[in-house]
Amino acid sequence: MTATAPLKIVAVAAGLSSPSSTRLLADRLAEAAREQLADGQDRRVEVQVVELRDLAVDIANHLVTGFPPAGLKKALDAVTGADGLIAVTPVFTASYSGLFKSFFDLVDNTALTGKPVVIAATGGTPRHSLVLEHALRPLFAYLRAVVLPTSVYAASEDWGSHGDEYTEGLPARIRRAGGELASAVTGRTVSGASRNLTLDDGEDAVVPFAQQLADLRVG
Amino acid sequence: MQFGIFTVGDVTTDPTTGTTPSENERIKATLAIALKAEEVGLDVFATGEHHNPPFVPSSPTTTLGYIAARTEKLILSTSTTLITTNDPVKIAEDYATLQHLADGRVDLMMGRGNTGPVYPWFGKDIRQGIPLAIENYALLHKLWREDVVDWEGKFRTPLQSFTATPRPLDGVPPFVWHGSIRSPEIAEQAAFYGDGFFHNNIFWPMEHTRKMVALYRKRYAHYGHGTAEQAIVGLGGQVFMRKNSQDAVREFRPYFDNAPVYGHGPSLEDFTQQTPLTVGSPQEVIERTLSFREDVGDYQRQLFLMDHAGLPLKTVLEQLDILGEEVVPVLRKEFARLRPAGVPDAPVHPAVAAARAAATADPKEL
Repeated sequence: MTATAPLKIVAVAAGLSSPSSTRLLADRLAEAAREQLADGQDRRVEVQVVELRDLAVDIANHLVTGFPPAGLKKALDAVTGADGLIAVTPVFTASYSGLFKSFFDLVDNTALTGKPVVIAATGGTPRHSLVLEHALRPLFAYLRAVVLPTSVYAASEDWGSHGDEYTEGLPARIRRAGGELASAVTGRTVSGASRNLTLDDGEDAVVPFAQQLADLRVG
Repeated sequence: MQFGIFTVGDVTTDPTTGTTPSENERIKATLAIALKAEEVGLDVFATGEHHNPPFVPSSPTTTLGYIAARTEKLILSTSTTLITTNDPVKIAEDYATLQHLADGRVDLMMGRGNTGPVYPWFGKDIRQGIPLAIENYALLHKLWREDVVDWEGKFRTPLQSFTATPRPLDGVPPFVWHGSIRSPEIAEQAAFYGDGFFHNNIFWPMEHTRKMVALYRKRYAHYGHGTAEQAIVGLGGQVFMRKNSQDAVREFRPYFDNAPVYGHGPSLEDFTQQTPLTVGSPQEVIERTLSFREDVGDYQRQLFLMDHAGLPLKTVLEQLDILGEEVVPVLRKEFARLRPAGVPDAPVHPAVAAARAAATADPKEL
């Protein structure tokens, strides 16, 4: 690939409704990655979102016949040809949805080797957030993808709330995941995620007190 | 160019009547179909090999031996012979015997089978599928060409001073095709030996078949057996015909919708568009089949799958009449007209070649 070829970010969204919060999360993650890629280097960035709902029948047919119909072939090629992948599923019955799994069952089991992947999920309740860790992360680990450290779970309530004193809000997690993907795609070794500053960082380690006070106000 | 039929040998319920043939009926139907193939002027009858229900052909040389005795011209072949789980020594013996019985009207197609459990049933490991195909065929190749064989490999007990009997008829081993849908290793194997390469072609898009055949042709030339255009290629095909297209579609649809392998999946319309399946008039079948050469080049053997998915024997025999009377004569003429000089026929045993030459020279046959 030449330096002028665009960087390709592909997001796979397995949501079934329209509008879909899964699609929304995929769009926002893709946008976060695109923004940070656009900042960090001068190659053009192409973003494509693959909605599995539109391919549901093609996916079933491929499972039966062993070959992909044309539309699904394009989607599989986009996923395997991406520089960075974002995979978003709704949580169904305590795991990724069957459609999501069926799609990745059809990806050649070596095609994602070394590919940076952000995993994300949506759900009605925050109680299923560890689906990302016990279902999605092992799936992509099996495919030998490089699964980025930040995974993003959006429960219904996250779309309308801020973080609290212990955790960041959804927008911050999306930005962090997008940053990690951007860093991985451009081969930067430093994670896009910000590490906590320590005393070794001198004055930078100190958050000015006025800001600390401001952060405590309910915004 | 050779035209023929290949059968999977499935026992499938006729979805329009709910009738399921017995194994005995299915085996007898297979014989009737083979005899019909000769009667309507087809060149080849090939049977699959399976070792599990709902399939009956577990013993191909028994069936082919019977057909050999009841036919004069038909070339008997397989689709496929399991080179992975059969002992290559037994394949050498069985098919050399068949070759003698049939006066040379025998070739065979190697394959790895489509059923995972068949490996453990015969004491083999499916993860070794490709290595088994490669080692076993290397031994078979040697057994048919060397009278006394010393051999040692990874998968079979060694042989010392072993002679496979009977020796091939007139010292000429049966011609071998290698069938594979998706494994480039098998195209490479066929090219290495200068054997034929057969692409089943019935379940997958032509684009895929095109790539597999192109790889085989390229490697055939690489190994110095001739030019890429001279490589020996066979294709599968799948058709259902009636005088009017709409009648063919109406009659075949329930069989398609419930067929093993692809049934309950894509629509008949999608599948005919995406794969070489053709359901329509004889003229449509002629046009579709002729178009195959545009994708894979001029080729030597075209086999059709005609007797699956629960189609009753009567219907299959009608289909063979249409194939033999209306389709193949036109295909023969057109393929011959389009084929450049220098593209060879598929190899046949010298006795068969001589008989064919004599028949062609006889004006009554023309």
